[in-house]
Amino acid sequence: MPGKALFQKTFTIKKDDFANAGEASVQIKNILKDVGFDSSVIRRVAVASYEAEMNVVMYGGGGNVRLAVNPDNVMLVVEDKGPGIPDVDQAMQEGFSTATDEMREMGFGAGMGLPNIKRNSDDLKIITSPDSGTRLEICIRSSVSGTEEN
Amino acid sequence: MKLSDIAAELGLKVEAGAQGLDAEVTGGYVSDLLSDVIGNCTAGQLWITLQVHDNIVAVATLKELAGIVIINGKQVSANAVEKAEAEGIPILSTQLPAYETAGRLYQLGIGAD
Ligand SMILES: Nc1ncnc2c1ncn2[C@@H]1O[C@H](COP(=O)(O)OP(=O)(O)OP(=O)(O)O)[C@@H](O)[C@H]1O
Ligand SMILES: [Mg+2]
Repeated sequence: MPGKALFQKTFTIKKDDFANAGEASVQIKNILKDVGFDSSVIRRVAVASYEAEMNVVMYGGGGNVRLAVNPDNVMLVVEDKGPGIPDVDQAMQEGFSTATDEMREMGFGAGMGLPNIKRNSDDLKIITSPDSGTRLEICIRSSVSGTEEN
Repeated sequence: MKLSDIAAELGLKVEAGAQGLDAEVTGGYVSDLLSDVIGNCTAGQLWITLQVHDNIVAVATLKELAGIVIINGKQVSANAVEKAEAEGIPILSTQLPAYETAGRLYQLGIGAD
């Protein structure tokens, strides 16, 4: 990854851990709040982070999310060693989902997660294969409020 | 309108997060699909749902919602209560179904936004 991040932190995401799912995203949101990002950036990161985290919990068999705060963007790199996404174009379509009945009962499986990530990011790369799992690189442009004058 | 006033008007029971009852409610949203809420809810809205599992608190926290109203007399999970207390997210409950809950809110002047 080019350049040096101002701040970096990796969070572990556990497989099928619905009880604690979303915790990494809440922590990321709190960090960005402390750093002083404006709320529109924080909200976009929160949406992208949550959806990516839930997909790792439900389909990826666990993994991790790395937060990197750069001078003009926030990067989220979300990785799992799961089965990969066979057809990314199809997965990106709103409404497409392979969620189980159990997941659907909990309100997951609307097939809106990846479209939500796309809509809330400035750049989204999905690298996926059956051998190496899935990696999302999500970039959200920003500037840290209050530090522009420095 | 403050969430505490809404709770009083509709007879909602406070299950958790009483410290957040002072929040001003900017609107309402009815959905049982988490990605729908994550994608379309805006900060300050009151979320009406029949979902009662732990994850609803993360959704409300991330979206900075005013609170969650659990409908149909469903019992929210003990874990969700614990998380809501920690995050200061009010969880309220009612015997009413979603339609009536939303209708009553609308009558109080709480629109979509
Ligand atoms: N990390 C992943 N590994 C394997 N498959 C994935 C992964 N992320 C997404 N998918 C596949 O892509 C589909 C669409 O994902 P998306 O997040 O858009 O919707 P969903 O998770 O099914 O529902 P929602 O996010 O609305 O709860 C999933 O149902 C799943 O088949
Ligand atoms: Mg999803």
